[in-house]
Amino acid sequence: MSSIFTLSILQSALELGCIYALVALALFISFSILNIADLSTDGCFTLGCAVGAIVTMAGHPFLAFPAAMAAGVCSGFVTAFLQTRMGVPSILAGIIVNTGLYTVNIAVMGFSSNVNLFGCDTMFSLAKDVSDAAWYGSWHKIVIVAAIVLIIGVILSWFLNTRLGLSIRATGDNEYMVRASSINPVFTVTVGLCVANSLTALSGAILAQYQKSCDINLGQGMVTIALASLIIGETLIGKGVILGSCLYRFIVAVALRMSVPAECLKLVSALIVAFAISFPYLKGKASFYRARRMPAGIGGEDGEDAC
Amino acid sequence: MLTLKSISKTFNPGTVNEKKALDRVSLELADGDFATIVGSNGAGKSTLFNAITGAFYVDEGRVILGGEDITYVKEHVRSKVIGHLFQDPLKGTAPHMTIEENMALAYLRASTAAHAYFSRINGREKQRFREQLALLDMGLEDRMKQPVGLLSGGQRQALTLLMATMVTPKILLLDEHTAALDPATAQKVLALTQRIVAERKITCLMVTHNMHQALELGNRTLMMDGGRIVLDIQGDDRKIMTVDDLLQKFKDQAGRQLDVDRILLS
Repeated sequence: MSSIFTLSILQSALELGCIYALVALALFISFSILNIADLSTDGCFTLGCAVGAIVTMAGHPFLAFPAAMAAGVCSGFVTAFLQTRMGVPSILAGIIVNTGLYTVNIAVMGFSSNVNLFGCDTMFSLAKDVSDAAWYGSWHKIVIVAAIVLIIGVILSWFLNTRLGLSIRATGDNEYMVRASSINPVFTVTVGLCVANSLTALSGAILAQYQKSCDINLGQGMVTIALASLIIGETLIGKGVILGSCLYRFIVAVALRMSVPAECLKLVSALIVAFAISFPYLKGKASFYRARRMPAGIGGEDGEDAC
Repeated sequence: MLTLKSISKTFNPGTVNEKKALDRVSLELADGDFATIVGSNGAGKSTLFNAITGAFYVDEGRVILGGEDITYVKEHVRSKVIGHLFQDPLKGTAPHMTIEENMALAYLRASTAAHAYFSRINGREKQRFREQLALLDMGLEDRMKQPVGLLSGGQRQALTLLMATMVTPKILLLDEHTAALDPATAQKVLALTQRIVAERKITCLMVTHNMHQALELGNRTLMMDGGRIVLDIQGDDRKIMTVDDLLQKFKDQAGRQLDVDRILLS
């Protein structure tokens, strides 16, 4: 069993976990806070990846990140515009934008379905040259992505406690309260989705530099994977979205190691999400059946007999 | 403070479900007026409130608040100066946010400057929230970091009242805000309402189904029926009026008995 948990598995799980944690944070804003299932996440991730790759290829490895985030903001704005100003139901708005983004992404990549970054300077290759220390050579990627995620996390927790952040949280929490206080839900939903999608795109751009390539189908199933991370983080480890993402990557890495074919991963993550979301409901059902099976007088004390 | 000039609202016009909810309602509330509103179900009381808050735009007529014509001002803009409490105590607060965060939201809504988007609550303001919570005498000042969802209905309604009046509104709308609470808590919230309204001289409209309350609280009693204000009693007339007189007056005006399924006579 020990051969399954090697250091390199842990390492790559942490690296990928931190990168994808940004998408999980994005869904934390749109899904947990705003209560909107933003299905444009798949396309937006690829958009960030494509923009990041193209800008990196042009010789601006650091400009790639703000550029990708700006692209994400645009995508989020369109999704928000459709649902707040055009009366499109939120799930449909995400699907529409996702479909449209496919063409946009292909166009960004110069109408080819993949782009390679071999030989280009990336944030990782530049950072590697900073120090010659032996440990740094193998751990520099983790240091960088962990630092980015940490900074984003701190900024986000600061933002969610500002007036605007509080308004966004209230928007998803109680629509009646929002109507009675001076919060404009059109505005808060728009800002929330823009912020969320900029994080998704940033994650895509980092991944592009990390794996030195970008593929048009890269984002497929990203919503499900990020939701899995989010839910693993929230149900298993309290509020740790980032830890959840790392844990998910670790599970995936171990699964691959145990010779689960890579093609099956999407199915595995779909099962994880389906199970995790239905878990609280099933738990309630189970306790109900347990109570019902108990002989009368023991389980019925605080049950339906109360009336 | 509030002037309604002949406002009308018809829901589902041109269909079988057409309903004239407000029928040329006119009302003039002076500064510091506290009017109670009674009326049977569907008389237009809540619709009147929604017309004032801007949940919909009126078909005709003008809504003027504090000298400013707000007939076509958007709901979220109006609500800066309007306090609104619902019957359902769960509607006024965000359950997953802490008491402190809810109060911060209510407090920050008054600041209109652009930079205020990123303003945060500082220690001095937290101290002020604490003092205000202490006035409720419900022990909430020691639970400021707890999510509001853990509070009881009465506690949440008291908190909502505090939030609605934290920045003194031009008008406070109370839509049966004690009806869903148990009698003791209702009494407490009502006493609190009276105190805050009197201390700050807030202009106030309050819907109630309790006929005694309708005559005792405030300085005016309005009675609504069929989307119109059929009775407006104030001054000496009101002082000598009894519940029976009120019911008789309604019968004279509306030509039928006030339906009593929800009316409290005691």
